[in-house]
Amino acid sequence: MEALIGLLVGAPLLGAAVLLCGGRRLDRTGHWLGTALAAASFVIGLILFIDMLGREAEQRAMHQHLFSWIPVADFRADVAFQLDQLSMTFVLLITGVGTLIHLYSVGYMEHDERRRRFFGYLNLFLAAMLLLVLADNYLLLYFGWEGVGLASYLLIGFWQHKTSAATASKKAFLVNRVGDIGLAIAVMLMFTTFGTFTFGPVLESTGAAGEGKLTAIGLMLLLAACGKSAQVPLQSWLGDAMEGPTPVSALIHAATMVTAGIYLVVRSGAIFNASPDAQLVVVTVGAVTLLYGAIVGCAKDDIKKALAGSTMSQIGYMMLAAGLGPIGYAFAIMHLVTHGFFKAGLFLGAGSVMHGMNDDVDMRKYGGLRKYMPVTFVTFGLGYLAIIGFPGLSGFFSKDMIIEAAFAKGGAQGWILGSCALLGAAITAYYMTRVMILTFFGPERWSKEGPDARHPHESPKSMTIPMIVLAVGSVGAGFVFDLNESFVHWLEPVTALEHGHPPMSAMTITAGTVVALLIGVGTAWAQYGRRPVPVQAPRGSLLTRAARRDLLQDDFNHVVLVKPGEYLTRGLVYLDHKVVDGFVNGTAASFGGLSGRMRRVQNGFVRSYAVSMFGGAVLLLAATLLMRAV
Amino acid sequence: MSTNSLHSLWTTAAEEPGAIPTPHIEYAELSPTLIVIGAALIGIVIEAFVPRKHRYTAQLLVAVTALASAFAAVVGLAVSGRGSGESKIAAMGAIAVDGPALFLQGTILLVGLISALIFAERRLDPVAHGKQVDSFAAQAAAAPGGEAEREAVRAGYTTTEVYPLVLFAIGGMLVFPAANDLLTLFIALEVFSFPLYVMCALARRNRLMSQEAAVKYFLLGAFSSAFMLFGVALLYGYSGAIDYAGIARVISGTEPTTNATLAQTTGNDALLLIGAAMVLLGMLFKVGAVPFHMWTPDVYQGAPTPVTGFMAAATKVAAFGALLRLLYVVLPGLRWDWEPVMWGVAILTMLGGAVLALTQTDIKRLLAYSSVAHAGFILAGVIATSEDGVSSVLFYLAAYSFVTLGAFAVVTLVRDAGGEATHLSKWAGLGRRSPLVAAVFAVFLLAFAGIPLTSGFTGKFAVFKAAAESGAGALVVVGVVSSAIAAFFYIRVIVLMFFQEPKADGPSVAVPSLLTTAAIGVGVAVTVVLGVAPQYFLDLAGQAGVFVR
Repeated sequence: MEALIGLLVGAPLLGAAVLLCGGRRLDRTGHWLGTALAAASFVIGLILFIDMLGREAEQRAMHQHLFSWIPVADFRADVAFQLDQLSMTFVLLITGVGTLIHLYSVGYMEHDERRRRFFGYLNLFLAAMLLLVLADNYLLLYFGWEGVGLASYLLIGFWQHKTSAATASKKAFLVNRVGDIGLAIAVMLMFTTFGTFTFGPVLESTGAAGEGKLTAIGLMLLLAACGKSAQVPLQSWLGDAMEGPTPVSALIHAATMVTAGIYLVVRSGAIFNASPDAQLVVVTVGAVTLLYGAIVGCAKDDIKKALAGSTMSQIGYMMLAAGLGPIGYAFAIMHLVTHGFFKAGLFLGAGSVMHGMNDDVDMRKYGGLRKYMPVTFVTFGLGYLAIIGFPGLSGFFSKDMIIEAAFAKGGAQGWILGSCALLGAAITAYYMTRVMILTFFGPERWSKEGPDARHPHESPKSMTIPMIVLAVGSVGAGFVFDLNESFVHWLEPVTALEHGHPPMSAMTITAGTVVALLIGVGTAWAQYGRRPVPVQAPRGSLLTRAARRDLLQDDFNHVVLVKPGEYLTRGLVYLDHKVVDGFVNGTAASFGGLSGRMRRVQNGFVRSYAVSMFGGAVLLLAATLLMRAV
Repeated sequence: MSTNSLHSLWTTAAEEPGAIPTPHIEYAELSPTLIVIGAALIGIVIEAFVPRKHRYTAQLLVAVTALASAFAAVVGLAVSGRGSGESKIAAMGAIAVDGPALFLQGTILLVGLISALIFAERRLDPVAHGKQVDSFAAQAAAAPGGEAEREAVRAGYTTTEVYPLVLFAIGGMLVFPAANDLLTLFIALEVFSFPLYVMCALARRNRLMSQEAAVKYFLLGAFSSAFMLFGVALLYGYSGAIDYAGIARVISGTEPTTNATLAQTTGNDALLLIGAAMVLLGMLFKVGAVPFHMWTPDVYQGAPTPVTGFMAAATKVAAFGALLRLLYVVLPGLRWDWEPVMWGVAILTMLGGAVLALTQTDIKRLLAYSSVAHAGFILAGVIATSEDGVSSVLFYLAAYSFVTLGAFAVVTLVRDAGGEATHLSKWAGLGRRSPLVAAVFAVFLLAFAGIPLTSGFTGKFAVFKAAAESGAGALVVVGVVSSAIAAFFYIRVIVLMFFQEPKADGPSVAVPSLLTTAAIGVGVAVTVVLGVAPQYFLDLAGQAGVFVR
């Protein structure tokens, strides 16, 4: 069985290699090859899952050692995999959603002449992401981490002829580098502290390290997680990343890659458990981001950017849960999985709408689409109900658990975090209702004639089938997971489990969540359902205007980072030109001059050469004798 | 030493003929040298008896076969353990058969083999009167520009004597690093020097320059030989012995007198110091160390380029081999005297070579000065006086000789109407016109500069490491600084080839036959393999690091 683990990564890697190196002859069939290999990986994942279920909970983790990667004296890095319940969850999510999105892309990218390359990149992403979650040590994880970063960069900028896409990919790459440096430093700190970076030894020996060291490692890991998962303060790239093709937004920037940060924090739980300070920072980041993303989501008219804000906010929930420690880890992952279903579904729905609307993303120019795209409407609607936490759907269970756990943190902290989470739930309901109303209800605001005429239509089967499957997941996953707390117990061997004790009964909190939901939905309906929606966005309040500009994140970065950076660069360039170059060129010139003078000795007369040899001989003898005399 | 005692020395030897034992020759151990010398003699016979039109084929066949079988013999000796555990001294104490000797002989033979291929190239020069010709003069004895020369050219003659000459040179070079007494050393030096002088004069084009180079080389070589021979005499006067072990014993004091008739001079340190310095001088001349380097640029430039490549590679290997043996076997007891002096020579050589190369405008002169700088780097490894030092030098020599051969082989390809276009300005934009040739040359230049993933880096790293470990940190610093200076002019050529517009009347790259292609291919392969996966060869050199005493 262990041998299959490598194949999980191997199948999409093979796909990437074949598709990217295969050349044009694969243009006709390449996408099916890519999809088939993604599906193969999913099937392997299922086999391993069934095999894992057949064993005792404590004996479910499997290891596979492939080869020694970097053996240098005491430094040992292996390419080895660890498949435990946490990794298994991710494997199924990545390959399952991944396969669906491959299938969807077959239709979505039909008219793109670079479709083969697109599937190559998608397969590359799958391979890197699987490597990330299957690695049994932090260095290999880092490798996968960079791999998904690369795939993300390539896919955001896939339509590189658009300047906006090229810029967005560069931005995503640069912001991610900041986070990646955090991971690099964390790995180095681990090596100096524990002498290894294999999960087992590191996480078991946290007791032996000082709390300061652990806090440092924890904060660096968090920095990495912030970059990859678009958490404040490294959130600015996610909105722009929507320039990529919609399947990419669904797979990478909603369902899987952006959750890598959560994986990292949960996987390193032992480190955070031992450092309350680091945990406090994690929950703060989570709480801030969940509100930040939600507010941004309220103001966006671009359907994908609204969803991106929502992604940020939902990952904020997960981060919050992960920061709560053993009372939250399992719920973080549970929300991650349900979010994977409904957010991927929502993005695919958005893609389907765009597909029918000539790639227009402005929701103010939508309206009344439910008649034209019934399947999209129903699946999107189910995803909508799931994300706002409509009772009985998946989002309800997972989000409710997180809010409960936040209150259970206890003390003032618990109250603050709980309130934030509750407030977030209300805002989520508001902005998602807004998206829903603007897109599918109300009058049809798109032009029906002229050059901008729109002819909305339902998407082909290859696109709707994945949407239907994901909608089913969005509806049912939460219920299945919640049945006898099956999901929590499944993860228990990895994440440990403590039951929190919230200051009020669970029923009260659930009721509060439902009330928050109703307030959000009601407000949105009052604002957009009852009144006509202007096609041109109104000026809006100060907050609205700020939120449209992503709460001034780019302005902030520009003033605080870019400008001083520019000045620093200019200064360094000046220094380089005047001082360094001056020194270097001066040295070069002086050697050149020396060379020119020395050359004159080489005059071509053999007599001079003989004299110089004689002089050399005299010197040599004199020096030898002198050495003895001294 | 009085006349009396000298007289008695001769008469003693004459009176007792029985005292000279019948020499005992280990033919198997000496077979590499014997094969090569034998083939050279066959080559002379070929010149005398084989019709002119068959000579080229016959000579090439004999040379290649001889060199290949001599190399096989070296490998056989090494496999039978002569290189490590069972090294011995053969031919009545004249020749050492040990690790360093076999390693260097193997290197020299491979270099010789590849050089023979480059010598035999006949596609580059334009066809003269219906005959394909090589880089060598139609008739070396004909005066340049004279009627005899014109006739010889018209007849399509070529100097096939170059093959026996190169075989004689290789024969001498095989003995030089293995010589275990001072007389053998001197004779080997002369045996390989004379053919080199002659070969330098054989260029087909620019014959006057070629002959001038040969005369200069001969005069200066004779001058240095005189020093060396005098040094040999002084060392004999000091110790009463000519074999290495005997001299070493006297120096270390374990055996104060070996010869009663020389009792007056034995142990006189002035004789020892002056003698040792003079013998060293002879070798420093051959490796081209500053201030005995002045012949290099002129000779490298004037000699036919295939000969330059051979000379630059093989002479250096042989001379450094002999230098190592001299310092490690004969003069270890004198280490505190020669070490500071050699430090000075090494520093001067590294810096001098690198600085002088900066302003060169001719590619062959540039490579000549580069070879001077490299001699300095190798000297740094020689000074290390450790087993690592020996093996690092062995590795460096092997790596360097293939890069050099390859680089000079590429020089033979870039030609214009006047033959090889060696002026650097003509190389501008070569990368645009002939990307492959320029890329290959760039690989060699990077190896010269010691850029990682080339053999140059591995070699330099090895010698500097050995030098640093033996406490010569300052030397390593100078070495690194010189490498930085040297990198400038190597990279400059690359910039010239790839980042400048080609000239309208620039040279063209001739398409060589399989011979030169193979030679360059081997050069590139060795350069890259020794850079990427050097471990096996480092181990090989490491095992060969012990001299027999």
